[in-house]
Amino acid sequence: MHVVLDNLPAFLRATRVTAQLTVISFLLAMLIGTLVAGFRVSPVLPLRWLGTVYVELVRNTPLLVLISLFVFGFTKIGIRYSYYASAIIVLSTYTGTFVAETVRAGINTVAPGQAEAARSLGLTFSQLLFAVVLPQAFRSVVAPLGSVFIALIKNSALASTIAVMDLSFLGTQLTNSTGRPVAVFMGSAFFYLLLALPSGWAIGWFERRVAVKR
Amino acid sequence: MTAPFIAESLGPRGKRRVAVVSAVAGAAIAALVVVAFLRLLHKGQFSDRLVAPLRLWAVQRFVLLGLLETVKAAIVAMALAMALGTLLALGRLSRNVLTRWLAGIYVDLFRAMPLILLILFCSLGLPKLGIHLQPFGGVVLALTAYNGAVLGEIFRAGILSLERGQSEAASALGFSYWQSMRLVIVPQAARRMIPAIVSQLVTLLKDTSLGSVIGFDELLRRAENTGTYYGNSLQVLTEAAVIYIVINFTLSRLARRLEVRQRRRYKAGPIVVPGGGMDLAVMGAQGTASAI
Repeated sequence: MHVVLDNLPAFLRATRVTAQLTVISFLLAMLIGTLVAGFRVSPVLPLRWLGTVYVELVRNTPLLVLISLFVFGFTKIGIRYSYYASAIIVLSTYTGTFVAETVRAGINTVAPGQAEAARSLGLTFSQLLFAVVLPQAFRSVVAPLGSVFIALIKNSALASTIAVMDLSFLGTQLTNSTGRPVAVFMGSAFFYLLLALPSGWAIGWFERRVAVKR
Repeated sequence: MTAPFIAESLGPRGKRRVAVVSAVAGAAIAALVVVAFLRLLHKGQFSDRLVAPLRLWAVQRFVLLGLLETVKAAIVAMALAMALGTLLALGRLSRNVLTRWLAGIYVDLFRAMPLILLILFCSLGLPKLGIHLQPFGGVVLALTAYNGAVLGEIFRAGILSLERGQSEAASALGFSYWQSMRLVIVPQAARRMIPAIVSQLVTLLKDTSLGSVIGFDELLRRAENTGTYYGNSLQVLTEAAVIYIVINFTLSRLARRLEVRQRRRYKAGPIVVPGGGMDLAVMGAQGTASAI
């Protein structure tokens, strides 16, 4: 345990990096996901296609392949970002597919009468989507979106493969420098739990708060 | 198979507007594709030097043998994880407090851990404890430990999704706990769980790629090595991605098909994994299913 206590500042720094990666990527993924979910329920055929193609291609590719492809492949055509930015781009692109599917599922739980009523009031598709359907849809998918968030905390660990100094990277680094892998990995795992458990509680609380009481 | 969009019956003006937006969006997408193509062409990414290696049988064999390792690891880990998951589910449903508690801690702990941490631990940590594993063994062990916890929750949720009347009827008929489990509960629960299990298999198959980090010689690692050798990472990694997509897309489709069929046949909804079900695949399957 000494190894963890001696390197506590490093662990805290790495925890902050993991938290940052997660939060920034999640916000971007929410944007992408909501937009794509909107595409997929819109009456515009090319946009529906685009949404479907994006979701099916990205979701079925392993995250690590996407990271590899972006960092080692896309540089060949001049798309080149820092490792940290690359990690955020790939994580949000990947997570965006899951957000899109979740939000789309939420949209489908909204009673058709709601959309019909909005239509008969003369709302346009985007008015109907943003003012009537999405607010109701989000309420019903708080828990699944929370799962996406917690999965993202874990997935952010793959950023360590491209030398982003997060908790997993610190784990490998300290293992090599101290030769105490068991204590170090328990330390990393502890800090992941420290991020994941309170997130879980917060999501539960939020879910109860916005739940539709019938 | 796109979901029915909202408010589909449009008036004449709506139809005109949709037609205009469709044309604009279609043109924008086409332009994007053209730009991407020109960029690739401009950077010489279609040159024979980079593409020709993909047609070499030696290279194809090298990559496909990597795929074989991927599939092998996925199948072995899936089988072991199903066994572990069964034990964990039974443990969490057991009448013994200690068993319930231990299984609960295992599940919560391992589901909350990044898989890559477990894989790195199997490769860097276990040798310190005197356990030396080949990369294949390390990957399978980590995948089993993690997916066992996830599948345990799926199994538990499947069993709990049955109406209480089923187990009550079984005990009214004089069945013991194990008899009712074996003859009444599990056969029905298993059917409901199949889509979620197939989805988890997709996740597991994708996760085998993490083995490349500790030197497991699977599809991704072989693609990366090929790319480094020929300098055509973009092409080879795209090929690897396409292979993963074809396999996973087929499996996802299968899961969805099974779910729709069972819904129609048994009028049973998807099972819900409680406790902030941390896994994407399960959730994804439920998400898509409720969208149908």
